[in-house]
Amino acid sequence: MSANLIPILWDATLQTLYMVAISAILGTVGGLPLGVFLATSQRGELLSTPWVNKVLGLVVNATRSVPFIILVVAIIPFTRAVVGTSIGTDAAIVPLTVAAIPFIARLVENAIREVDQGLIEAARAMGATPLQIIRKVLIPEALPGITLGLTLAVVSLIGYSAMVGAVGGQGLGDLGIRYGYQRFMPEVMAAVVVILIVLVQLVQSLGEWIAARVDRRAPRNRGA
Amino acid sequence: MTGAAITFEGLGKSFPKAGGQVMALADITLSVPQGSITGIIGRSGAGKSTLLRMVNGLERPTTGKVSVAGRDVGTATGSGLRAIRRDVGMIFQHFNLLASRSVRGNIALPLEVAGTPRGQIRARVDQLIDQVGLGALADRYPAELSGGQKQRVGIARALATGPKVLLSDEATSALDPETTQTVLDLLAQINRDLGLTVLLITHEMAVLRDIASHMAVIEAGRIVEAGPTYDVFARPAHATTRSFLSGVTGATLPAFVAARLQADPPGDQVIRVTFAGTHATDPMLARLATDLGISANILGGTIEEIGTRPFGNLLISVPHDRGDQARAS
Ligand SMILES: Nc1ncnc2c1ncn2[C@@H]1O[C@H](COP(=O)(O)OP(=O)(O)OP(=O)(O)O)[C@@H](O)[C@H]1O
Ligand SMILES: [Mg+2]
Repeated sequence: MSANLIPILWDATLQTLYMVAISAILGTVGGLPLGVFLATSQRGELLSTPWVNKVLGLVVNATRSVPFIILVVAIIPFTRAVVGTSIGTDAAIVPLTVAAIPFIARLVENAIREVDQGLIEAARAMGATPLQIIRKVLIPEALPGITLGLTLAVVSLIGYSAMVGAVGGQGLGDLGIRYGYQRFMPEVMAAVVVILIVLVQLVQSLGEWIAARVDRRAPRNRGA
Repeated sequence: MTGAAITFEGLGKSFPKAGGQVMALADITLSVPQGSITGIIGRSGAGKSTLLRMVNGLERPTTGKVSVAGRDVGTATGSGLRAIRRDVGMIFQHFNLLASRSVRGNIALPLEVAGTPRGQIRARVDQLIDQVGLGALADRYPAELSGGQKQRVGIARALATGPKVLLSDEATSALDPETTQTVLDLLAQINRDLGLTVLLITHEMAVLRDIASHMAVIEAGRIVEAGPTYDVFARPAHATTRSFLSGVTGATLPAFVAARLQADPPGDQVIRVTFAGTHATDPMLARLATDLGISANILGGTIEEIGTRPFGNLLISVPHDRGDQARAS
């Protein structure tokens, strides 16, 4: 591989990291509360509002059933309205975030549902408000599961961010397509794939390490 | 003991169910004396947990009324209900401790919830850890504790906000007999030292015998018998009570004696004699022999303490034709 390709690969990697990091943060900011709400708003639960729960559930399912590449194209008008363009890393962050929010919401919802009902009961018996129960019981108890869920989400976003490259998003995916496919430089394609594999490995290991750190349950109960 | 800490008046509870309702509780009228340890015993599904959960408003009555220290729980909502809940501690069969918090953190939770300032929380938690004998374990996590230790954390947590009433839902059912004893001792001690009213539910008569001053028996959602534990043990009126009692008071024949009686019926009558109160120390057998000339044969028996009073149970056999006479004495 010629030396002048290294800076190009480096730039593309930074672009990918930028897109993934920002969309993961925005996705968590939107997805965490949404997931908590989905988990606690069914009939008879803490924030019992069954209708709102149903409607939000439908919206989440609808968003999640659109293939990502179609989502990117379908929301171009929205993307333009938000960042002023539909091309480049900033523009790519919009569909990535739109896809991340419902995905993270479902992962958080599942993690929260795993929390033992007895703990909610104990907190209610103490006189805790629903908000206190969410902040002091549900989220801390679900944290190992939430951490693993976010890890999964970031790994998926790395894959998605490579996909947005195909529609003008820059980053590693864009580089792979432009050099590897269009200019027929298979070594660039290979380098892009290797970098993606390394990134995914790093994210996965980091996520598992953090999840283990926050998990105070007995070892046999681990693995949420 | 003055007045009632908890009263149930004509309390009923039904749950909706496919095609109708399940009647979980009906017509419960009971008062739990201030400063007592009152035990409620019943079989699985009798409605014990439902009844207990009414006291801190985890369940709402369908009919009737439940009040704690004169405050109506069934109609309280929002901050009023949360204030009542801070005056009522609760401990659970499966402890319900947060795995994500240390012993200290678990005990601090109700104080955080109540908005106690941080500095005060620290001091209060240390005091509670001492009170339940968990000194060395303050920074451990629940996963690193035994069942008995976990329940001590549960008790400390329940006492954190200085409640007047402690509810216990089968708090010893997941523990071995020895640990059960130490946890019961702790509850009795708290009841004595803090003057706290304890309302506990159990399916073991031995728990009531050991610590309850008052008891009630619940069967299919209704209270079938209630009163001071000693009186209920001495004169059980309901069949359910008797069947619970037979396990703990030596009111059944030891198995090998029963087997022998069956194999070789001597034509005698078996009589169960309970000694309660002052009679517990009476020379009853001697009286049978000297006054009536009946020679009784002892088959089995126990004598134990309920509260601080002796309570005896004796199974004797007497000759067939003398049964009525012996019973009369
Ligand atoms: N939330 C509920 N919905 C429907 N039925 C319920 C509910 N809670 C309790 N029940 C029913 O009410 C009855 C009494 O239940 P409860 O849990 O109070 O019994 P229990 O005496 O505590 O039994 P156990 O010893 O098994 O804990 C049972 O028939 C049970 O199925
Ligand atoms: Mg129960």
